[in-house]
Amino acid sequence: MEKMSIVLFSGTGDKLQAAATMASGAAAMGVETHVFLTFWGLNALRKDMAGKALPMSADYGQDGENMAKLMQDKGAHGWYEVFGMARDVGDVHFHACSHTMDLMDLTLDDLDPIVEDVIGVATFVSNAGDGNVLFI
Amino acid sequence: MTTPSVEREIDARSSFCPGPLMELIRAIRESDPGTTIAVLSKDPGSRTDIPAWTAKAGHELVAVEEQGDHARFIVRKAS
Repeated sequence: MEKMSIVLFSGTGDKLQAAATMASGAAAMGVETHVFLTFWGLNALRKDMAGKALPMSADYGQDGENMAKLMQDKGAHGWYEVFGMARDVGDVHFHACSHTMDLMDLTLDDLDPIVEDVIGVATFVSNAGDGNVLFI
Repeated sequence: MTTPSVEREIDARSSFCPGPLMELIRAIRESDPGTTIAVLSKDPGSRTDIPAWTAKAGHELVAVEEQGDHARFIVRKAS
């Protein structure tokens, strides 16, 4: 069984969009997909944040905001919706990073219901095995 | 050339990569084996993604019709 593991560190709209699109492509092709949510990526999946349109990365200045507007004008699905489509068609799992949970003083109850469990980084790496690992 | 008959058509022209493929997958899941489904897509990625998925999932890509600004992919669900 092919496997893809994504370390989702970023919490900006553009990078969440990229992660969600990669996850949906993997899911569509029958690749078992795991998303390890850490730092800002985990923050984006707090119950009070999930699904919100988030700012684009500051790395691209005004271009990032222009891109956000373009996507909105063209009616592109938002990142949260794309993750939903990925889960719909394939085998996609979301795991929260235990270290970030601890730092932010969060429990699983504080997170969006798509997040299945809280795991340590060693568990994530061990589960990833020989599959592809992406850091976003 | 005759156009294959289609039992269900999905208009995914407003959907971006990989949206049209996702809509096709959902429609195939909901359908009986042997059902023929068409999906309309403007996404250039569909031209590689839909044939790749169809081959991997074991369904049949019956035809790809160019229709100006979009393509119409016709897929028959494996029996």
